Amino acid sequence: MRRNTSLHVGAALLSIYILFHACQSEQAIRTAQYAVNGQKLYGMHCQNCHGAKGEGLGTLYPPLTDSTFLITHRKQLPCIVKNGSSSPIQVGGKTFNTEMPPNPQLTPIETAYVLTYIGNSFGNKMGIFTIEEVQQALADCR
Amino acid sequence: MRSIFFLLMSGSILAGLAACSNETSKTLPILGSRDPVTKVVDGKTITDTLYHTIPDFELLNQDSTLITNQAFEDGVYIANFFFTHCPSICPTMQRNLLKVYEKYKGDKRVKFLSHSIDFRHDSPSVLKSYAEKLGVTNDQWQFVTGSKASVYGLADSYMVYTKEDSNIPGGYDHSGYLLLVDSKRHIRGAYDGTNDEQIQLLFDELAILLKEYE
Repeated sequence: MRRNTSLHVGAALLSIYILFHACQSEQAIRTAQYAVNGQKLYGMHCQNCHGAKGEGLGTLYPPLTDSTFLITHRKQLPCIVKNGSSSPIQVGGKTFNTEMPPNPQLTPIETAYVLTYIGNSFGNKMGIFTIEEVQQALADCR
Repeated sequence: MRSIFFLLMSGSILAGLAACSNETSKTLPILGSRDPVTKVVDGKTITDTLYHTIPDFELLNQDSTLITNQAFEDGVYIANFFFTHCPSICPTMQRNLLKVYEKYKGDKRVKFLSHSIDFRHDSPSVLKSYAEKLGVTNDQWQFVTGSKASVYGLADSYMVYTKEDSNIPGGYDHSGYLLLVDSKRHIRGAYDGTNDEQIQLLFDELAILLKEYE
């Protein structure tokens, strides 16, 4: 009886462990899928100004390598991608005040793709931007 | 053993010679249309070739100074056409041209000339601010504006396509070519400013062209 209980407990623990890892790798796969889709969109809509390596250009276009900026502005990022930006911003210790054009044609899922790509490239490690997160952020845009 | 050594020696000498002659004999072509002209010199009739030449120009630069061809006649220059709020190819083209500028910064034999095709918005002060933000810190790289007729007419003679088109993001359609021009106003090379391999070719051919001035 006692042996049975410990066996059951062991089996339960094992299945939780397996489930946990399966979920984690599922999440990693989804992040990778979003990033791959995002890379294509990045090439079409962002790369001309921000560069193939997210390096930006002088003080005309800010780099996308300042992880601190991206993390602290995570909630505004979908709004910037979709609506552009016209106020001066501080990135990597420099001030940028070139107007960024809006990308009204990007759907929320495409915005999630492109942000997942940027957020997990160029030295950034922000994890996935889900469509729910992007939709919530877009609803809160100022 | 000895014969192998000789074979190797003569082989490498031949290869060396071939490499050298390749280096020295390579000159860049003169691009564009050419017309034969017949004239009489010292009583003899000779036929000469008239090559395509960049015409006289007078344009306003980022310091609101009028500049002409004179500013470029003591060396070579690279010309292109852009506009400051261009959302498409210009940033890539200017990023690439900036690499050439940074390599030759301080070398007065090489100059740069960016023409704005947005004659409405790109005033000298807009161009000045753009140049500073791009990272241009001396007068080796000129940013110019002029009337639509003068700039678009020049684009034709640089063989660059330019057109106002409200269907295009930014409002202007144009090709992103970088034109290598010599001191006699002849176009010696044309490179797609958005293509990395073409930019490498520009670096290589600019060095070849500069040999003509040594």
